[in-house]
Amino acid sequence: MHALLTLILSFAGALACGLMPAGRARQIRWVALAFASLGLLTALHCALRYGGSGVADEVDWPWIPSLGARLAFGYDGISLPLLLVTGLVAVCGVLFTWELKERANEFYAYYFALVGGVYGVFLSRDLFLLFVFYEIAVVPKYFLIAIWGGTRKDYAAMKLVLYSFAGSALVLLGLLGLYFGANASTFTLQELSQASLSAPLQYVVFPLLFVGFAVLAGMWPFHTWAPTGHVAAPTAASMLLAGVVMKLGAYGCLRVAIGLLPLGAKVWAPWVAALAVVNIVYGALVALRQTDFKFVIGYSSVSHMGFVLLGLATLTQTGLTGAVLQMFSHGVIGALLFALVGAVIYSRTHTRQLEEFHLLIARMPVIAWVFILAGLASMGLPGFSGFAAELHVLMGAWQSPWVSAGLVVLAGAGVVATFGYTLVKIHEAFFRPRVASGSSDKEGLYEPMTAAEIAGCALLLGSSLLVGLFPSLLTDKMQASLKLIVDRLNEAR
Amino acid sequence: MPESLLITLPWLVLLAPLAAAVAILLRGRMSSASSAALSIGGVLLSFIGSVGLWVACRGKGVPEHPLIWLQAGDALAAGSLTLSFGFKLDDLSLWMLLVVTGVASLIHIYSWGYMREDRAIPRYFAGLSLFTFSMLGIVMAGNLVQLFIFWELVGVSSYLLIGHWFERPRAADAAKKALIINRVGDLGFLIGILMVWSITGTVGLGALAEKLAVNPELLGTSATLAGLLIFCGCVGKSAQFPLHVWLPDAMEGPTPVSALIHAATMVAAGVYLLCRVFFLFTPDALHVISWVGGGTALLAALIALQQDDLKRVLAYSTLSQLGFMVMAVGLGAPSAAMFHLSTHAFFKALLFLAAGSVIRALHHQQDIWKMGGLRSRMPVTFWCFLIGTLALGGLPPLGGFFSKDEILAHALTHNRPLFAVGVCVALLSALYMFRVVLVVFGGASRDVAAGRAKESPAIMWVPMLILAALSAGSGALVAVDHPFGVFPSEIHPPRLASLWAMLCGTLALLLGAALAWRFYRGAAVDPLPLQWGVLARTMRQRFYFDELYLWLNRWSHELLSHMSDFAERWLIAGAGVRGASGLALFAGSALRLLQSGNLQTYALWMAAGLLLLLYLFL
Repeated sequence: MHALLTLILSFAGALACGLMPAGRARQIRWVALAFASLGLLTALHCALRYGGSGVADEVDWPWIPSLGARLAFGYDGISLPLLLVTGLVAVCGVLFTWELKERANEFYAYYFALVGGVYGVFLSRDLFLLFVFYEIAVVPKYFLIAIWGGTRKDYAAMKLVLYSFAGSALVLLGLLGLYFGANASTFTLQELSQASLSAPLQYVVFPLLFVGFAVLAGMWPFHTWAPTGHVAAPTAASMLLAGVVMKLGAYGCLRVAIGLLPLGAKVWAPWVAALAVVNIVYGALVALRQTDFKFVIGYSSVSHMGFVLLGLATLTQTGLTGAVLQMFSHGVIGALLFALVGAVIYSRTHTRQLEEFHLLIARMPVIAWVFILAGLASMGLPGFSGFAAELHVLMGAWQSPWVSAGLVVLAGAGVVATFGYTLVKIHEAFFRPRVASGSSDKEGLYEPMTAAEIAGCALLLGSSLLVGLFPSLLTDKMQASLKLIVDRLNEAR
Repeated sequence: MPESLLITLPWLVLLAPLAAAVAILLRGRMSSASSAALSIGGVLLSFIGSVGLWVACRGKGVPEHPLIWLQAGDALAAGSLTLSFGFKLDDLSLWMLLVVTGVASLIHIYSWGYMREDRAIPRYFAGLSLFTFSMLGIVMAGNLVQLFIFWELVGVSSYLLIGHWFERPRAADAAKKALIINRVGDLGFLIGILMVWSITGTVGLGALAEKLAVNPELLGTSATLAGLLIFCGCVGKSAQFPLHVWLPDAMEGPTPVSALIHAATMVAAGVYLLCRVFFLFTPDALHVISWVGGGTALLAALIALQQDDLKRVLAYSTLSQLGFMVMAVGLGAPSAAMFHLSTHAFFKALLFLAAGSVIRALHHQQDIWKMGGLRSRMPVTFWCFLIGTLALGGLPPLGGFFSKDEILAHALTHNRPLFAVGVCVALLSALYMFRVVLVVFGGASRDVAAGRAKESPAIMWVPMLILAALSAGSGALVAVDHPFGVFPSEIHPPRLASLWAMLCGTLALLLGAALAWRFYRGAAVDPLPLQWGVLARTMRQRFYFDELYLWLNRWSHELLSHMSDFAERWLIAGAGVRGASGLALFAGSALRLLQSGNLQTYALWMAAGLLLLLYLFL
């Protein structure tokens, strides 16, 4: 199946769901599941088909001749894991909102528009096109949060959109700098990567592009949209936000900023590394203080994205491999944690305040164990994808000339802090003894997991486990594409 | 043994327990008996495989067949990373496999008796199997990263086992504490691995040893630091000072768990690691290691003397003995450390199982002052416990005698102050162990439950008897030539030192036993707090380490966390975000005032503007 099918299926899904009558919630969710699953299957098929090097499924149509913008699509080893994680999260998002009744047709229309925008970014081989899809992804987020959201939804939706647009403004500035600086008549990645850009220009444009994209990746101190946005968003949307939208930013940092501006990258990498470590440690520390379960996961996302940024800052093959692997890994695990907290647990307890949970493991044993597994995966337990990713990042950072050893040690301390808050929060949620009053002892079991929930958890945990046990399934496919970037970094003087 | 069997047998040894764990977990609601059967079957299969490997390959080693696990970049290019998955099976790991699978098998069987009334037996056995799998992974690991992976898995599976009775808040807290403190040590370990890898370009144990044999100066000035960082892993897992605080708390787990993971395997993994990478350590690093070990041995022995919880006494005794082993490695005697590790695995597992037998008979009573008079009611348990005590104390010719003697002899030749420490520890060990024997088994029953106690069933005492035989007979290993492999730089102490060490060790045992007899024969309350005052109280309070760490945690981690949260709430979200949006809103409302819709006002502004322009341009 052609990779463009993911994109087409998503927008077709948006159209199909949007046109169905709102009352038909049952039919709508099956249609949504079908479109999302077909997208995932397409992505999987692409992954199996990909030879390991070069750009596959290339298409290139003229689009805006006056600018030189083209409709150029294709995927390489860097896009591939991200296509997969988008497909996975899109399917699971539908599964975990199985019970949605309210305006389901509109919900899935926005949902698939967002998914389509994300696929579009990962498939674009033209910067202008990439930017357009990047913007397409912003708009549905606003509606998803503002209409179906929870805690302070208007504030969160507005904040998220303002942050996104502020980031986009920087990116646009950077793109224009790149376009005019290269004296190019084209936006295609292929040609821009061969253009020679003067060193001073790269020094100026790199921070614009990197910071612009990194806003969406949750880089400190521009991260605050992430926790509030995640918390306010309905479950499926927060899964997409944490799972793939944050990856859009990181992908842009890698593909555009580092990929096209090697000299700029080398100058700014130590600063990026420092901010990345702040992300890791700060996110973990703030997460420890949260009392709302969803905020804990929100800040853990900030912390985990720090590993992506640190991997990017290493500018080495190993570190970049780790960054891409961590994008996949956090996409899967972050989505799972949000699903568990926002949908599975919340739909039973009707609260997310940790102080109201007492020995929950006795009342929802299976769910608690699934959460503990997910928490272990999030801590980077070997066997899950997070470990392989963090190992790559730390090893890459250790040998990278742009990352000082002290920062690596701090990042390692961040991992310990991650253990700390994850275990503490698991214990607060599931193991805190019951209050002394007699009545609570008689509380019965909550209802068991539904089939949709089991399927979603199995899909996400299973893929994290699969990649954790056999990371080379993904990493082997990335090597050639990453090597192009690393070679360019090494050759640039 | 045919080549193909040599390739598959290690996999069987490693994966049999994992298969059992997965089968139990996947079946969901499995009956207690079948889960126990699966788990016991898995570990027995591993044991048989280990025996086969040991018989076939001792002295020769098993050829490595590593599989590539992951690869980033070109194999030989700078900045690339290749990690493989393979088994390093030489005499050291083959012997360790025997000890681990042997002791684990006995404890698995005993568990079936001990846990009979538990509500979550399948979960218990799944955890036990998972733990055994992880531990075997450490033993067989072919490279440092692989070792680290299983190292972490051991930590997590011990978390599940310590927290088995999570309804008790103390068990849940202990599980959490163990995992976090282990993780602190692992941070150092990981950085040590990164350091070694970045300098030598390999993490393979065989390749590292070869490279360092060719060029001992390869690690240069970082050699000592790298060695000490790797030692951090051991400090966490083997519960050495200053990360020793998790082990006593971990006694909240079921007693067979304590026997398995806090006596024979998990905590021994740290010592095993030290022996495994012994070639990495510089003399300076070894010096630090020996003192950390010696200090832990003494500190823990002092604390053990004033604990009233039966399992906690054994826990501190474990700490102390582990310190002894670590000290041996530091003194340049890894084979003495491995010898003591093996004998200790037998007699400490025996002591824990016997203690478990007592605790179960007394309906989970663990306070030794509420026991008493159990010698006649539980004769098998009593004799087993006594044999364990004598082996620990080092009575010739039991197992502990020879292994302790080797360590003391090394101390005498290399480091006299540590020899003194060692003898003190030997004396204290005898004192606190005989204290327990006299208080628990001697005198009269001081509690109703103790008066009605009955001997445990055969499924529990048969494993105990086997361990008792092993504890008594394991000293025979002294006659075997290099049972744990050859460590190149190791020099055996002269015979004279060995004789002196035997003499001093035995005298310490006798003196300790005599002191215990004097203090505790027929005692109903502990006389030491009255006689020793503050010292006894400090020992009882474990030298206030837990309080110190709580305080440190509050003023470091929690303080930082509060500060970050404050920054997040008030500086970034408050001043930054609200400030920006406030400024925009303020500007908006201020400018709105201009648009009043009043013609006169507009005219006034226009006139003012014109005047300003005129002023500027003229």
